[in-house]
Order: sequence, then structure tokens, then C-alpha cells
Amino acid sequence: MNFGYLVSAMRASLFITCYNDTLFPETGRAVVTLLERLGVELDFHPKQTCCGQMHANTGFRGEAFSQAKRLVRLYQDTETIVVPSSSCVAMIRDQYPGLIQELGNAELQQQFRALLPRIYELSEFLIDRLGVEDVGAYFPHRVVYHASCHGLRGIHLGDRPWRLMNKVRGMEQIALPNLDRCCGFGGTFSVKNAEVSSAMLAVKMQDVMSTGAEFCTALDNSCLMHLGGAMHRQYAGMKTIHLAEILASTEAAPAEALA
Amino acid sequence: MSHTANHPVLDPRFAQPFPKAVLPVLRNPQLRKNVAHAIDVIQAKRAKLVAEKTDWQELRTAASAIRTHALENLGFYLEQFEERCTAAGGTVHWAADAEEARKIILDILHAENASEVIKIKTMTSAEIQLNPFLEASGVKAYETDLAEIILQLGEEEPSHIVVPALHVNRSQVREIFSRTMGLKDLSDDPKELTNAARNYLRQKFLKIPTAISGANFLVAETGTVVVVESEGNGRMCLTLPKTMITLAGIEKVLPRFQDLEVMLQLLARSATGERMNPYNSLWTGVTPGDGPQRFHVVLLDNGRSSILAKKTERQTLKCIRCAACMNTCPVYRQTGGHAYGSVYPGPIGAILTPQLMQMHYAQSLPYASSLCGACYEVCPVKINIPEVLLELRSQVVNQERGKFVRFFDPMYLGLRVASVLFSRAWLFHTAQFFGGIGARLITRKDGWIHSMPSVGGKWTQTRDLRGFPSQTFHGWWAARGQQPSKEAK
Ligand code: SF4
Repeated sequence: MNFGYLVSAMRASLFITCYNDTLFPETGRAVVTLLERLGVELDFHPKQTCCGQMHANTGFRGEAFSQAKRLVRLYQDTETIVVPSSSCVAMIRDQYPGLIQELGNAELQQQFRALLPRIYELSEFLIDRLGVEDVGAYFPHRVVYHASCHGLRGIHLGDRPWRLMNKVRGMEQIALPNLDRCCGFGGTFSVKNAEVSSAMLAVKMQDVMSTGAEFCTALDNSCLMHLGGAMHRQYAGMKTIHLAEILASTEAAPAEALA
Repeated sequence: MSHTANHPVLDPRFAQPFPKAVLPVLRNPQLRKNVAHAIDVIQAKRAKLVAEKTDWQELRTAASAIRTHALENLGFYLEQFEERCTAAGGTVHWAADAEEARKIILDILHAENASEVIKIKTMTSAEIQLNPFLEASGVKAYETDLAEIILQLGEEEPSHIVVPALHVNRSQVREIFSRTMGLKDLSDDPKELTNAARNYLRQKFLKIPTAISGANFLVAETGTVVVVESEGNGRMCLTLPKTMITLAGIEKVLPRFQDLEVMLQLLARSATGERMNPYNSLWTGVTPGDGPQRFHVVLLDNGRSSILAKKTERQTLKCIRCAACMNTCPVYRQTGGHAYGSVYPGPIGAILTPQLMQMHYAQSLPYASSLCGACYEVCPVKINIPEVLLELRSQVVNQERGKFVRFFDPMYLGLRVASVLFSRAWLFHTAQFFGGIGARLITRKDGWIHSMPSVGGKWTQTRDLRGFPSQTFHGWWAARGQQPSKEAK
């Protein structure tokens, strides 16, 4: 299928994020497949590393600032940046302003202000920038959507994920009870407060498993790593899959997770 | 002295770090069920009443503005309150810290020749450990709020700021009452339980002429003190005694009487899921022939002015103690309140307690959050709790990172190394390469890691981790040579 007519010569650069690069390259590949199918000319900056979230959230402000500065400089000439991770986008929108205000000079502040509106989370990019809801996906499975805290309350994705999911052919959606409750990941919280995190995970797993879905999806691989780790440990019979992979999936080229 | 009056007191100075303190709770099914059940009930009521209010967000904005303005001009409004309250016959005392507040209160009680005193629920008095102090000084304090009676008789500590006995269920209340009041045939019928409490209370109300209260608000414009409660026991305490002592944090002040319009709407809905609080008691100084004839207000600083001086942290003092943040908190839901080691548990406690302790104690509390943001979303005065948590975390790191023991702490070491790796792409890529090799050593045949060393073991104690993929994304991208993109042009 070719959706190139929808958006002629739209260009975007992919900020894959450090943990997706290392642990979930299939999500990155799916974003590439999906966006290129929609006619986006995709670029990838080879020098990218991390947004600084892990450091900022653990209290290492100086280190977080260095990474923020690096990211702003790296992308200062880039037109549009797509990020398949709402928590990293939330980091940039919520925490960069304070860090850069406090520790950056006027030039950096200026560069950041110019960059900020050009950064999109994946579902924002599809809906707000490309104006598409039906991305031509086919995924004939029972799926439950987990709304990550950063997507829900951090960057207010609203109904965007559902507008995209509703157009996926063959997919049956099952609503997650207590949708707005945290899964307990919280970055270094999951090891610093491992037992509380596990208790939160246990409660979330009850809700997720009660849906009887085959796949649990989200726009953040961090939550999915948490839930997926529990599913694997418990032989729960459910798998996790990033929404990008569902949206990239077609009859001709099904998602890698199905292989 | 972590133990006074034979039972542990919630004191951040002696509390275990949060990750340790939670362990017995997490293994206690009864307690977790009590907490989750009580919270679900309050949450459902709140959600309904918030939903029916079409101007909820405007009310929050107004409340936030009122509280911010009051704090930014706190000195002015406190002096105004003092002046108006004094003019109306009250006596205002200023206490720099807990010790001074306790001494002021004890001196007043001595002047009154009081050996007993009745109390309305006040978290601030728990903050300054007033009851054990009075007891040690020969004054017996009797709580009159139903939940506080349960705790006092059961020798328990509060676990919530609005529903202090939230962790105790009805059959446990029956056990406590029957044991301490000598009522062998008491059932767990709510009517019988309330009757037992009423009989116990009436004697105190009629007999003891001195009372201590907290305050929900102090109105600067009129010198009025406001206490809201649901039982009417507070009203008894405020009207029957001859002498009343009100203990209030200096942040409780509101500029104008009219501000109560906004605050009382938000507080009732947020705290108990009611449109209006059942009992709203307001009094200004002394009214001849009506109510207490001697009235003291003790204004407590106890670390508050140092919080006020800091830009990000200042918002902590906007709090109106509605507890909505803990009711929505997924951490509090699992742990209840005691693990926070402070009379202020939950998200507000996680930011308030370490600050009241000048960051000398309770350093584990800013980390007792997954930063899910639910607290900020419900807070009626819009305190950005996650933002303050992060600020406090950075203060903890600044305190700790120079210490020798932290040098080899896996978390500190890991984050320092990671920061270097993220500074150059080639370093990051080299680390990914060697990390991948290392991971392969511990990856099982099923492609997953079931057990990790060091801090990683904290992850694998309840979850697996998928093994590292053979190719990173950037490796894949480089190998692909951007072919399809060029086609798409
Ligand atoms: S921080 Fe906000 S939500 Fe929490 S108790 Fe205070 S006012 Fe209520």
C-alpha cells in the first residue's frame, strides 16, 4: 500500500531513545516501516544517545542537563523529530525547561525554545502532523492498551492512541480496568523500591490478565518491559508489543512479534 | 526516644528507610485489603462529586492563586491575623519549632491547672509529638475524633491525614473498644460501635474544661479560625470547654473571608467526597457568654519558613491537607501510611516530611514514588508534587554523592558511568556492544535473563528481562544504508 499521496515530501528525524536502541530495535524498525509507508522521508542522527530522563528522575540534575544540552545541540537544525516513547517526550517538555533555565546560557535557551514545538511523540506525529488515523494496518488479534502515565498525564495524548487503534483492521480491543493506574515501573524506582514496584505490578497484572487479550500494547516500551518481564516470569500467556509494531503490521508484512 | 507511652510514634528521625519499612505491610493481606477498600470508597465518592462540578478546573486555578498569594505575602497576613485575633480577645503565640510549641502549650495548661485535656483531630499536634510530651509532663490528652479515639485506645498510629484509622477495619475497632472499654458483648454493628464511642466521649466533654484543636484555615482579614469535620465531636470540643488552644502551621492563613468560598468547596469534595462538610466551625477570638472564654492560637513554624524561601519547594505549603493525593497514589494504595514514618504520609508526606526535617532525615521519601503524576492531577491547589520530588531527589544526591560509601554504591556508580557513556555516541555504542556480550553470558536458552547480579537482581526478583537483541537499532539503520527512504522520495 502506498500512502505517499497523503503527505508529499514530509521529512522527519527519528529519535529512537537509548533503551529502544539497545533493547527494542524492533520498535524502531516498525516506526521506519510505518512512516515510510506513509510517505515520510525518515532520517536518523547517528550521534544520538539519551534524553537524560534516567539521571533527571534519580536526582542527577547536572548529568541530566549535559544530556539535555547535547540533545538540543544535536537537533537544532532538524525540522521535525519523532520519538516513539512518551516518557522521553515528557522529559523534554516537562524537565528540560527547568534544567536549561537553571543551568543553560541564553543561547541554549533560545535553541531549546525553537526546538520544542518540533518534537512529536509518535501518535502525535501521526495524528497532529500527518493528519492520518488509518495507517493501513492489519493485526488480527485481541489486544489490550495500557496507557502509560507519561502518555496519559505527562503529555496528554488523550484519545490519539484509540483513534489509531480503531482503524487497525482485524484487531479486537479489550478495555483495561483501572486504565489510569501506574504499572509500578518508574525507572530506577523499580529497583530502588523493588518490592513496592512489584506489588504495584502484581495489581496491574491482575487487571491486564483479566482482559484475556493475546497482546498488551502501549506507546512506551519501558512499561512494556515491566509488564512483559512479569508475563514471561509467570508463563502468563500474554505478550507485549509496542503500538508502532501493530501499526506497522500488514497482511503482507506481519509484525515481528508474530514470528 | 522512639518509644514513649509504650507505643512507637511516627517520627522521621527514627523511621526506617521507606523500602525497608514497607516490607511487613506488603506481606500483610488484611492491611492491604483495608487500605485498598477504604480508598476505593472515598475515591468513588470524590470522582462523582468532582465530575458534577463543571467549574472544577477554574476552582483549582483560583485556589492555587489564593494559596500562592497568601504564601508570597505570608508575613503580612500572619501579622494581620494576629492583630485581628488579638483585638477579638484571643492570644497569639509564635513557636519557632516543635519544642517551643510544646512548651507554650504546656505553660498554658499549667496556668489553667489542667491535668486533662480534650483534643480535636490535629495532625499538627502529632507532628510535634504533643500527646507523648503532655503525658510525660503529667497531662493526659484525650482524642475526641472517632478515628483518633480508635488509634489512641488501640495504641496505633495514624496512617492517613483525613481518615487516620483507615488501616483499621470494623472488626478490629470492635476488638479495641471491647478490650479497652470493658464491653464484652460489643458487636461490630456500626451503631453499637458509635454508641460505645459516644458514651466514652460524653464523659470527657462534660468533665474536661480545656481543649486543643488544630485549624484548617486562619482568616487574616477577620482573625477567624476555621475547623471542618464530619462528626460533630469537634463542635463539642469547640463549644463546651472554658479554654481553647489552637495549634496551626503558619501556612494555614487565607487572606480574605471570601476565600473560604473556594476552599471549602474544594476541600469537602477532595477530602471526603461530600458537597459540603457536615460541621464547619468558625470562631473569632472570644464571645462573652458563648463558648471558650480564654482562647490561644499557637502559630507553628517548625521548618516551614525555610520551605517558603525556596522557589520550587514553596508550593508544598499550599497544601490544604485534603489527602486526595494519597487516595489516588498507587504507591500509598499498596503500602498504606505507616511506612512513610511520619504523620504526613503519601505524596504530600513524601515532599513535606523531608523538608520539615531540613533534609536531615527521611531522604528515602522523595524516592517513594514512580512519578506517575496522579497526585498532581487531583491536587485541588495544583501542587506539582512530581516536580518537588525531583528537586528533593537532586538535593539528596548532592548530599550523598560526595560520601565515600557512595563511591562504590552500584546505583551511584552506574549513573556516573552512564553519564559519561551518553556524552559520546561512540562510547555509548561501545558500551552497548560489551553490555550485549555480558548479557549473553546470563541469558538463558529461551532468550531471556532470569537472574541478574547486583542491583539488577532487584529487577529479576519478580520479573524477567528479555535478552539483548543481536543488533541495535542504529546498527540496523547503518547496515540498511537508508535504501527505502531514498525510494520513497
Ligand atoms: S498535596 Fe494537594 S492533594 Fe495532597 S493533601 Fe495537599 S492539597 Fe490535598
